[in-house]
Amino acid sequence: MTMTLKKIVDALNLVVRTGETLLDRPVRGGYAGDLLSDVLAHARPGSVWITLQTHTNIVAVASAKELCGIIIVNGRTPDEETLRKAEEEQIPIMISSLSTYDVVCRLCELGVKNDARI
Amino acid sequence: MREFKADLHIHTCLSPCAELEMSPRLIVSAAKRRGLDVIGICDHNSAENVPAVAKNAAREGIAVIGGMEVTSREEVHILALFDKDEDLFSLQEIVYEHLHGTNDEKLYGEQVIVNEEEEVIGFSKRLLIGSTEIALEKLVTMIHDLGGLAIAAHVDREGFGIIGQLGFIPQGLPLDALELADPANQRTIPQLNRLPFITSSDAHTLERIGQRCTTFLMESISLDEIRRCLSGEGGRMVRI
Repeated sequence: MTMTLKKIVDALNLVVRTGETLLDRPVRGGYAGDLLSDVLAHARPGSVWITLQTHTNIVAVASAKELCGIIIVNGRTPDEETLRKAEEEQIPIMISSLSTYDVVCRLCELGVKNDARI
Repeated sequence: MREFKADLHIHTCLSPCAELEMSPRLIVSAAKRRGLDVIGICDHNSAENVPAVAKNAAREGIAVIGGMEVTSREEVHILALFDKDEDLFSLQEIVYEHLHGTNDEKLYGEQVIVNEEEEVIGFSKRLLIGSTEIALEKLVTMIHDLGGLAIAAHVDREGFGIIGQLGFIPQGLPLDALELADPANQRTIPQLNRLPFITSSDAHTLERIGQRCTTFLMESISLDEIRRCLSGEGGRMVRI
């Protein structure tokens, strides 16, 4: 059974701010981080990204790393420009009222896992 | 025109992470020993010790540029430098409105406010080490609207540097310069926006003052002259 953003949105009750029509994207793993330089260096394609950053640069990072979507934690509000860019770049942005730790725990329970690194 | 040696990023004992020895007089005498013409006073999210340093520096013939190292919502450090104290304190007021939490002296250190005689006149209770809720773009706009210069601090450091926090320098962000902790890193920083570089000590101890400094070739010492230097106006130059 393929994990999709839609399943995560439903299970975690996320608020979808952009990319409503893109939620059938498969989720091939996850990455959590707030230092964008670190995400650029380490996130793997197809992952869902959990962060508290809301700056427009998150869209460029998600796009460059081919991440399937961004979950913003702690109910933080993305900047308007971030939302505009995300629509343009087709990056789903979803908001959770939970913390990073709790979002990751829930994703684990749902079976979202990274392939072991070779 | 002549060359002026500047260290534009020095903390005082108001920053919780700075040593208590960072008092106005000792900062000024260290600056004098190191041959600096200009010093910038930039404590974390506060400018309350700027007047005390400026008064002491004036007696020694050293110019002070009043400033603040503001932490944006993204946890990016931006140096805000001003000509007039009233503009600096206008920014401080906005920063205070958007900075929450109370300092824990045991965990983070004391935040000592002093007068020009170096008498302790109070301790800041604010969580100066924290981040404000001001978004980076807004912060830079605010600084410019108040007539200040906005310089991204220590861009070559991962923690609290703009590139570490945000992956790259947002295009179109109207910064006036990028500060390097180590000028040798100039080659490794992508020149996306063709911004000029400065380097400064980010001194938290007396010993660090002037260990890194920027030379400005300009007419006289003022924020406007520094601004014109950064844009290379009329033969003015910046050297790191």
